[in-house]
Amino acid sequence: MEHIRTTKVEQVKLLDRFSTSNKSLTGTLYLTATHLLFIDSSRRETWILHHHIAAVEKLPLTTSGCPLVIQCKNFRIVHFVVPRERDCHDVYNSLLQLSRTAKYEELYAFSYNPKQNESEQVKGWQLIDLAEEYKRMGVPNDYWQLSDANRDYKICETYPRDLYVPRTASKPIIVGSSKFRSKGRFPVLSYYHKDKKAAICRCSQPLSGFSARCLEDEHMLQAISKANPSNRYMYVMDTRPKLNAMANRAAGKGYENEDNYSNIRFQFVGIENIHVMRSSLQKLLEVSGTKGLSVNDFLSGLESSGWLRHIKAVLDAAVFLVKAIAVESASVLVHCSDGWDRTSQVCSLGALLLDSYYRTIKGFMVLIEKDWISFGHKFSDRCCQLDGDPKEISPVFTQFLESVWNLMEQFPQAFEYNEAFLLQIHEHVHSCQFGNFLGNCQKEREELKLKEKTYSLWPFLLDEQKKYQNPLYSPDFSPELTLLEPNTVSFNFKFWRNMYHQFDRSMHPRQSVYDLIMNMSEQNKQLEKDIKELEAKIKQKNGQPDAVLLKEHQQSAHPAPVALKTPPCFKKEQPLIPVNDAVRTIEGSNTADNRYSEFMEEFSKAEPAVVSLEYGVARMTC
Amino acid sequence: MEFSELIKTATVESVLLAGTGLPPVRGTLCITSHHLLLSSCPGGDGQPGTVELWLLIRNVDAVEKRLAGSSGTITLRCKDLKVLQLEIPGMEECLNIASSIEALSSVDSVMMMYPFFYRPQDLRLEEGWHLFPLEQYFQKIAAETSQWRLSDLNRDFTTCPTYPAGVIVPAAVSDDTLRRAARFRQGGRFPVLSYYHPRNGTVMLRSSQPLMGPNRKRCPEDEVLLGTVLDEGERGFIIDTRSAQAAKQARMTGGGTEPKSSYPQWKRLHRPLERGRPLQESFIKLVEACNDASLSMDRWLSRLESCRWLSHVKVALSTACLAAQCLDREEASVLVHGAEGTDTTLLVTALAQVILDPGCRTMVGFQGLLEREWIEAGHPFHLRCARSAYSHARLKQEAPLFLLFLDCVWQLSRQFPFSLEFGESLLLALFDNAYASDYGTFLCNNEKERCLCKVKENTHSLWAWLNQPEEKKKYLNPLYSHNPLVIWPSVEPQSIQLWQGLFFRWIRPSQYLEEARAEMQRLVEANEAPAKESAGSRLSRSLSDPAARTENER
Repeated sequence: MEHIRTTKVEQVKLLDRFSTSNKSLTGTLYLTATHLLFIDSSRRETWILHHHIAAVEKLPLTTSGCPLVIQCKNFRIVHFVVPRERDCHDVYNSLLQLSRTAKYEELYAFSYNPKQNESEQVKGWQLIDLAEEYKRMGVPNDYWQLSDANRDYKICETYPRDLYVPRTASKPIIVGSSKFRSKGRFPVLSYYHKDKKAAICRCSQPLSGFSARCLEDEHMLQAISKANPSNRYMYVMDTRPKLNAMANRAAGKGYENEDNYSNIRFQFVGIENIHVMRSSLQKLLEVSGTKGLSVNDFLSGLESSGWLRHIKAVLDAAVFLVKAIAVESASVLVHCSDGWDRTSQVCSLGALLLDSYYRTIKGFMVLIEKDWISFGHKFSDRCCQLDGDPKEISPVFTQFLESVWNLMEQFPQAFEYNEAFLLQIHEHVHSCQFGNFLGNCQKEREELKLKEKTYSLWPFLLDEQKKYQNPLYSPDFSPELTLLEPNTVSFNFKFWRNMYHQFDRSMHPRQSVYDLIMNMSEQNKQLEKDIKELEAKIKQKNGQPDAVLLKEHQQSAHPAPVALKTPPCFKKEQPLIPVNDAVRTIEGSNTADNRYSEFMEEFSKAEPAVVSLEYGVARMTC
Repeated sequence: MEFSELIKTATVESVLLAGTGLPPVRGTLCITSHHLLLSSCPGGDGQPGTVELWLLIRNVDAVEKRLAGSSGTITLRCKDLKVLQLEIPGMEECLNIASSIEALSSVDSVMMMYPFFYRPQDLRLEEGWHLFPLEQYFQKIAAETSQWRLSDLNRDFTTCPTYPAGVIVPAAVSDDTLRRAARFRQGGRFPVLSYYHPRNGTVMLRSSQPLMGPNRKRCPEDEVLLGTVLDEGERGFIIDTRSAQAAKQARMTGGGTEPKSSYPQWKRLHRPLERGRPLQESFIKLVEACNDASLSMDRWLSRLESCRWLSHVKVALSTACLAAQCLDREEASVLVHGAEGTDTTLLVTALAQVILDPGCRTMVGFQGLLEREWIEAGHPFHLRCARSAYSHARLKQEAPLFLLFLDCVWQLSRQFPFSLEFGESLLLALFDNAYASDYGTFLCNNEKERCLCKVKENTHSLWAWLNQPEEKKKYLNPLYSHNPLVIWPSVEPQSIQLWQGLFFRWIRPSQYLEEARAEMQRLVEANEAPAKESAGSRLSRSLSDPAARTENER
């Protein structure tokens, strides 16, 4: 609280981000310990969590006041104009302080208090059980076992305690191999394909330099390939571009030499590093945030940002991995440099393509817990939870979600969850409201006692899972859907408008198919249920005269559906992303908006500037 | 001319057909006057031959042949963007087939075209031709206001050869004045009513450019005509679909645009829309890029950009929105024209009506709109849709304005998925039929030509076919619910999408998308009233089901 110099500023203007005539709303700005709140004159609220703030910028003073631009990690951008420069300065400084947290304990998750008692909190954390997940995959088994080598985080600090390795990999092999791998991240099991008996394993780059070898590491890989009775050959996928991997050799790191390892096929797949991804996203946001953007500038900006090229590279890598397993029944070892960014992307997407379980709501949570959280994707650094090195920030996890979204577009019936689920997870990866994504690895999370001091996100998502269900999902729709074979031709990748313009309502479709279909599907289920109940009743009462039954059937079967069916036309303006309305109020959607008079004033003067581009007014009517 | 002269080889055995994502089949190829047929070989495994290909030769846009040894491959690129390959044994046969297809597909005489020969059994010739009489449209306006009248001054097409016999004009202006005004407009296309906005009584007019010429000629009758539309002190907008520069330059060739001095109540807005050759080239480049699956992401995006198609979509949509906004928001009447008034003008007026008028968003209303604003309004379909994106022939008058319109309607359907009664499949069918059809609806360039060719007497109407209950079902949008409001789309580049269903129709694997659509359809049907009734009847059935009863009674 000591950072807050001004708690309330009146007569603040919130500018419409894409309006070319600088449309705005006037209201009051409040600063709380956790949120920035703007309430406009029609009492609409815009909440911004301090942790979501990525950057605050004070622009040069204008005649109407002092502009303050806030960029959020969930891609919301708000543009305020504060009448007095002094107030603006105070708000600016407060936000700078509030959005930068130095210690984990100051994060929102440690003060966030949902109405849950202690046992609910514990149960919430137990919802996802990774041991259970490995059991589901079929391990331990004759070839794979649970290793206690890392029980005390002695071998690798950034791995979880429980690791699965080939039975033939003895402790000395593990220890030796880990010493030959960057950050001690030796090859372990990430996913086991029961039918093919093939495994996805993950690790970090070997410390091979120009010529170094490590017998234990070679044994380790041999053990992995031997643990697969269907194919003795295994693939080693280095997810980096070849040039980067070669450059690493000079620093005593590098990649596997095919000559030193028996039975491996080595393959580069060329996903760029975190720095390239960060600047790519930066460029993408610059382009998509431009006012009055032309189609050509948008497309050329999209191209030069390289963003979709990177998404395609990630999915292409996953497709390569899946082919090795599904077609050749070969095990695959995946690594990049440290094995926590690109490796997490490729392993998790590979598993998602192979196993329909990960396409269920619960399964997706498990997948994130396993390949991202437990294997030490550095959420804290990548999402900048604490004030740290800006060079560590990178949208690696966002890319994973975007890849999944692209798959959902290609396979509309293969996923139990919908886009809103991905967006909500993205929201909370950055919100620091729940404990799941805090910190960089499991060891750190245990030290922070997150399970006692914070809450898990997953039970909350499960509670409101109705919002996240895909009404078209059909788990057994088509047998070949267990394995997804996406087409990664360039034209299949689209700009994810609902992610990058989630809060720019004017750009969204005005009517949501999902909401309507969801309603219908629910009504149908209800109807089926009613019918079944009635049929059961009829069977019970069949001794009674028909007339009574018919009457009852008319009374109960008919009115209910009529009442259930709500005219879809009233659903039209429901937000596409049906989440917490208070948090997601859309700036600029004021019903009092009146461009009409603006136009009339200009009537006799100049030609109105691109009036047609602004359909703010439309929302009033539709 | 006899078709048989053009057919050098009528049948070839053992031809291999490949393309459209299906496994290749071998069969007998047969050329008739209008069709290319391939039936798979009977015998062999004892199965009867089945027809694998039934292609209207008019649909062929380009024929490419490649000879190798004693056989040859013909690649047929169709106007609906499909690509087929025929592997033909025998060099001579291959060359003959190719040249026959080329000759038959470029027959230019309207009356030699297939619609004049097509006689389906379950349709009557006259059916569908008079579904949307202008009188009926006019009656709706007449019920609201007496300021407009239906004039038949063009009944013999002398005043304006590209207008239909009937036009709606201000009641206060005499036919004589109209005739004089027509002389001041290119091609005689004087301002006529295109749309009456019942909410506030404003109107949208369309015309061609005024023939001012370098001497800035004036025409009092034209000024009177436009003056009558507005009350005293009222303002109107003229949306010129050319840039101010282009409109000015048009004076050198006898055209021009309305100067403020002669039309003081009208405010001119310029919104340049591409048409003609640049638009056709944009279409060709886009299709080329879409057909190249090997493109890297960067190349794909840069080619998508450089073809400019999506820019054209955006400009067309925003100009239509501007017109709609003038009518609905500014409550001001609008006159739309470009140069000839048969291309971009119609694109804007038709699109604005889809945005404004819920009536145009129904299956029937949309057909009526096409009939009124494209076909009768004299969009030269015969010239514009003679060739599609693959043709190697020298471009003459081809331009995909109608496709651009369909694309814009598709964009609306994406942004308002419940507001259009018809679905993507109707838009695709319209595209296909505009370029090559069994029906006469899109033949010729205007009503005058249609009369001369007796199109309405001798061909079937597309609408008659589309409106058959079984057929119609395929084109309906299962999610439709009447939306009485104006549908204002977003025209930000982030909201404009490439129409994959058209441009990738034959390229992308669509099985999962089709299945999802079917599932959606199923859900909706289960949700609709008949389904509820059937649930009811299922219940009454089980009530009266004797088997179930006796079993329990036992």
